[in-house]
Amino acid sequence: MEQLTNNKIKTEEYFVNMGPQHPAAHGVLRLLLTIDGEIIKNVDPDLGYIHRSIEKMCERNSYQQIVHLTDRLDYLSSHINNGAVCLAVEKALELEVTDRVKVIRTIFDELTRLASHLLWWGVMGMDLGALTTYFYAFRDREMINDIFEETCGARLTMNYYIPGGLMFDLHPNFVKRTKEFLVTIKKNLPEYDRLLTGNVIFQKRTKGVGILTKEDAISFGTSGPVARGSGVTCDVRKIHPYHAYDRVDFNEVLFTEGDTFARYKVRMQEMWESISIVEQLIDKIPEGDIKVPTKAVIKLPKGEFYQKVEAARGELGVYINSTGTKNPYRLKLRSSGFSNLSVLNHIAKGGKIGDLVAIMASFDFVIPDIDR
Amino acid sequence: MMNIPLSITSTIHDWLFSIMPEGAATFTEWILIATAYLALFAVAGLYLVLLERKVAAWFQFRLGPNRVGPWGIFQTIADALKLVSKEIYSNERVDKFLFNLAPYFVIVASLMAMAVFPFSKQFQGFDINIGVFFLFAISSIGVIGLLVGGWASNNKYSLIGAMRSGLQTISYELSVGLSILTMVLLTGTLQLSEIIEVQRTGGWLIFQGHIPAVIAFMIFMIAGTAETNRAPFDLVEAESELGAGFHTEYSGMQFAYFFLAEFINMFIIASIAVVLFFGGWLSPFGITEGITWFPEVLWFVIKVFMIILLMMWFRWTFPRLRVDQLLTLEWKYLLPINMVNLVFMAIVIWLNFTL
Repeated sequence: MEQLTNNKIKTEEYFVNMGPQHPAAHGVLRLLLTIDGEIIKNVDPDLGYIHRSIEKMCERNSYQQIVHLTDRLDYLSSHINNGAVCLAVEKALELEVTDRVKVIRTIFDELTRLASHLLWWGVMGMDLGALTTYFYAFRDREMINDIFEETCGARLTMNYYIPGGLMFDLHPNFVKRTKEFLVTIKKNLPEYDRLLTGNVIFQKRTKGVGILTKEDAISFGTSGPVARGSGVTCDVRKIHPYHAYDRVDFNEVLFTEGDTFARYKVRMQEMWESISIVEQLIDKIPEGDIKVPTKAVIKLPKGEFYQKVEAARGELGVYINSTGTKNPYRLKLRSSGFSNLSVLNHIAKGGKIGDLVAIMASFDFVIPDIDR
Repeated sequence: MMNIPLSITSTIHDWLFSIMPEGAATFTEWILIATAYLALFAVAGLYLVLLERKVAAWFQFRLGPNRVGPWGIFQTIADALKLVSKEIYSNERVDKFLFNLAPYFVIVASLMAMAVFPFSKQFQGFDINIGVFFLFAISSIGVIGLLVGGWASNNKYSLIGAMRSGLQTISYELSVGLSILTMVLLTGTLQLSEIIEVQRTGGWLIFQGHIPAVIAFMIFMIAGTAETNRAPFDLVEAESELGAGFHTEYSGMQFAYFFLAEFINMFIIASIAVVLFFGGWLSPFGITEGITWFPEVLWFVIKVFMIILLMMWFRWTFPRLRVDQLLTLEWKYLLPINMVNLVFMAIVIWLNFTL
């Protein structure tokens, strides 16, 4: 009898296209899901919907122009991306930028990281159904954008760093407004915790969901908050300091649980670290030139150059293979999102659709970064 | 006791019977009442949408709709006009019959529930002696519309949404039913008007029943929010997971039916809560007891709006549950608590511990 019913009633796995246009994907990422009812059997990411061949475009552009292209990678940490290319070029030219440039770049990088994490926090809440977080986060992110806009004239694609320094000097209001912002954000971050972190539904949705072990985190090559949520020490700012990170005091945030909540806590804690870094430097911006003169046409010496920085989502590497001309022979970008995406199938398998959305939110994907 | 609605309706009633034969007059009256209720339904639904948008805006440092009319009060009317004038479009290879039928299930269920609403003593369409049972039975027809709509849409997201709505509504109906039963135990009647009259002398039921009544109220609010498919139980249309869930493929007026039904269902749940726990149309502490011209319906509406604001507060604060957590909450926590609470209430009444 039991045999008979089993033969008659059977379940089937089915495919669902999550994306390329899907509210949870934050961009044009297509996930081909194999689902059994609500349970995910397989996640197959399909890339290429926003491929703009940026690496190829770099091969025909001069080094000053390449900086502009990197804004379009991870558009939420554009200052940091610009910095990566500038540092690579400066390394190749053996150019030492002034202290003023180093400190300003550090402050801008950290403000960018704050802005990026704020946006992530809002979107994470929204993905889990708490729509109000989005507006809380955007309210505060707007202040950072205003600060950037005053100095470099842009709010998203900044183009502020150039090989050898900065494009413009700081706006006279910069220090005052940054201090105002720090006061506000220090008042508001505890409010974020009260709204979302302590919420019992939020903790149920994230604790123990999508556990990434330390071994897997290393073997899949994850970086940034995703790896640090699994207890992997990988902060480039600590290991290979660049800009002025060697002269500020900050902690690398590490959590060992490896679940979605740990990744959430890493980012929340990193916001406090960023605030502390900006606080340490904001009163100590040294006087000096904002750029070291370079030739109008930069020609790198023959050879291979690699520079990595800690972007908001993890390690961003820029590899330049130069043949001594004004263009790179090959420029490869190692983006954090691509490596982090590779682990998605591994940890989302066996969870529910809701879990996948939570995991994706905690990974904080920016699709143009994955799909260059 | 001359109440305003009563005075108008009796005038019309006398006038109709004076100019027509009895059968025709009764029929005309039915149509008039039905039209009045439809209009009420439409206005209530539209303005709940506006209220929701305004409340959301207040929670989120925004202004909300403020362009069409003063404080945006005509915004929803403009939206409704837009929806009415839109093309009703359907996907390829949908089950046409079921696809077009689904919105009517949802809307008719909500409309029929309105018939027994005790707005005030004289303002109640249909005062049957199984009022609570009727409300509860009718409001659970709506889920058929969601299931049918999701199934007929030929869309996997809609199907997942429909399945979720099915399991959610069926599970949480148990809790709604049991918490209502707890209160019915206290009143000893299912007739809505009598439930309210019981509270005239003994105080509101939430005070009469004290501890078990408060527990019943909390369970009712949780389960009621789940019944209406609103956040934190909006898995049915979890937009970050399923797009728009079961109504993804609907457009124009068909979508509007689903949308309005959600708000009317919220109104229904709030009304049941007001009748069962907060004395329906009765004034707090009887402050307008002696004032004959005072429209009692005002108290009912004020209380209903307080409950609705509470539900909106939930929606704009909480994240969404996962589907297995939703079922765990119901079957492992709410249902056992509810059953114990029912027995507790019975003991309280048996020992005469009610206030």
